[in-house]
Amino acid sequence: MTRVEHATTSSRIGVTFVAVALVLLAAAPYWGDRQTLRLLAEIYAFAALASLWNLLAGYAGLVSVGQQAFVGLGGYILFALAILLGIHPIAAILIAGPIGALVAIPVATLIFRLRGAYFAIGTWVVAEVFRLLASQVSALGGGSGISLPAAVVVAMAPSRQLREFETYWLALALTVIVLGAIVTLLRSRHGLALTAIRDNEMAAQSNGVDVWRIKFVVYVLTAFGTAMIGALIFLQKLRISPDTAFSVNDWTAFVIFITVIGGIGRIEGPIIGTVVFFMLRQALADLGSLYLLMMGAVAIVVMLWAPKGLWGMIADRFGWQALPLQRHLVFEKEMEGQ
Amino acid sequence: MLWFNIVMQGVLIGGLYAMFAAGLSLIFGVMRLVNIAHGDLIVLAAYVSLIVTQGMGVDPLTSLLLVVPIMALIGYALQRGLLNRTLGEDVLPPLLVTFGLSIIIQNGLLELFTADSRRLQAGAIEVQAFELLEGVWIGVLPLIQFAIAVAVIAGLQLLFYHTALGRAFRATSDDQSVAQLMGLDTRHVFAMAMALSLAVVAIAGVFLAVRTNFDPAIGPARLIFGFEAVIIGGLGSMWGTLAGGIILGVSQAIGAQIDPGWQLLAGHIVFLAILAVRPQGFFPKVSG
Repeated sequence: MTRVEHATTSSRIGVTFVAVALVLLAAAPYWGDRQTLRLLAEIYAFAALASLWNLLAGYAGLVSVGQQAFVGLGGYILFALAILLGIHPIAAILIAGPIGALVAIPVATLIFRLRGAYFAIGTWVVAEVFRLLASQVSALGGGSGISLPAAVVVAMAPSRQLREFETYWLALALTVIVLGAIVTLLRSRHGLALTAIRDNEMAAQSNGVDVWRIKFVVYVLTAFGTAMIGALIFLQKLRISPDTAFSVNDWTAFVIFITVIGGIGRIEGPIIGTVVFFMLRQALADLGSLYLLMMGAVAIVVMLWAPKGLWGMIADRFGWQALPLQRHLVFEKEMEGQ
Repeated sequence: MLWFNIVMQGVLIGGLYAMFAAGLSLIFGVMRLVNIAHGDLIVLAAYVSLIVTQGMGVDPLTSLLLVVPIMALIGYALQRGLLNRTLGEDVLPPLLVTFGLSIIIQNGLLELFTADSRRLQAGAIEVQAFELLEGVWIGVLPLIQFAIAVAVIAGLQLLFYHTALGRAFRATSDDQSVAQLMGLDTRHVFAMAMALSLAVVAIAGVFLAVRTNFDPAIGPARLIFGFEAVIIGGLGSMWGTLAGGIILGVSQAIGAQIDPGWQLLAGHIVFLAILAVRPQGFFPKVSG
């Protein structure tokens, strides 16, 4: 008898570490100040966005430079539902997911006609269309944008502190759900197909994987998650405008940087990348456009000379995996005989 | 007459879009590379021309004599030094490296020239126009720009099909390893293609800068216009890029007439509609 096992020693250590870290982070309102909470919530949002982009580009081979379409869409859904229909912001965030997925279906059918790099620019066109459409909606402030009315914000929680705790826990919970969903997906048989597509698309196809369908499903699921995270981001910002909502720098360039630095095509990559990105940002943000310039240069260097990123280098050298994703066969009879 | 006028303006600006597209189409045809930094390189050319015109006191059209070779050299060096390393089976490295390059150029220009918008002054020619039909006025500068666009595309077509370099381009495009076996240095061929692409970019950049204000952030939108013109025209076809540019220019002109906010939107929507009904474009040569 043989069976498939995912866990290794390193992944057992990794999972324990993740569990301890989660408990500590969930307790952050008790040990951190407001600044820390805001920073952590921002970090969670980027970790989630980068993990979603990693699923899309790293596994499904769909290199999008237009995910800001769904970040902005999520943000605008939150503002539309809260301002125009009076829906509670947290409910609005949850509704943003399914709407994002629904919008992604026709978008995918259209831009899947483009391949490789042309697909990438096609996603950008879609994001531009969304941005231009958003600036036509005068009920949501048109081109100059709109703030979330104080009444909506105040109604969220009895005090400012409680509201901040609430958004913090919401950010942590959403990120954990998004990451958990990605891990679950990758451990499923669809995950095996995705990993096969990542390694060699043609070989995957010839082994019976319906590549188009899997890519389509991944694109729609990613839009679901990205729209929810987008709504969350703009609940923290409390203000939205077409240029911030559909910013290619904030929601795509940073996200690509994070994923490439950390290690594309590995679940741990975006998490490591997010930590590195925020450390660099805290240290160098004063440099302004020079900082962005350096970021572009670092991304190029990593892509050319260390294409597997930081985690890829560590994982290859020591054979580590932080989460139980690998599949290896265990021969039970042999084990009994030993 | 109003609508005829609008369509004419759209056609003329379509020539500029065709030049954005021709450079993209050329390198895609030769090495299947899509340069995300293409739009930023157009803006870079505009700034190079700004320095040349201010430093030497020449007009923008004369500055082309310097800007074109400078950009071609940059293209050759960029391809030899950086982009050749990214070519291979995987689509990710060229995409991400040119994306990084785009960020570097944008922020580098921002650092050097600030975010102020600039414009190249072409002098009296800017406002000269003649009456083509009664009530239909054609600007001299847009007409020159359109004529040059047609000449550039005709020149590229000629180069592709009637010169040794063009033969090398086509051979490398068809089969890289066989081209190498036949004694072609593909690294050099690719670098020549990029040099040529950026020579076209230089012309496009100067005309863009004479026509409108520019600042370091406007590159990505030019990339998108060029890309839309390529896809509308059909991958790999040089004359297709002209058709694509004109369709895009006319759609934008009509959109702008309906509502100023609809200028860009109309172009994108026509692009998406064509992608829906005729994804291979109007004059396809190669499959993506």
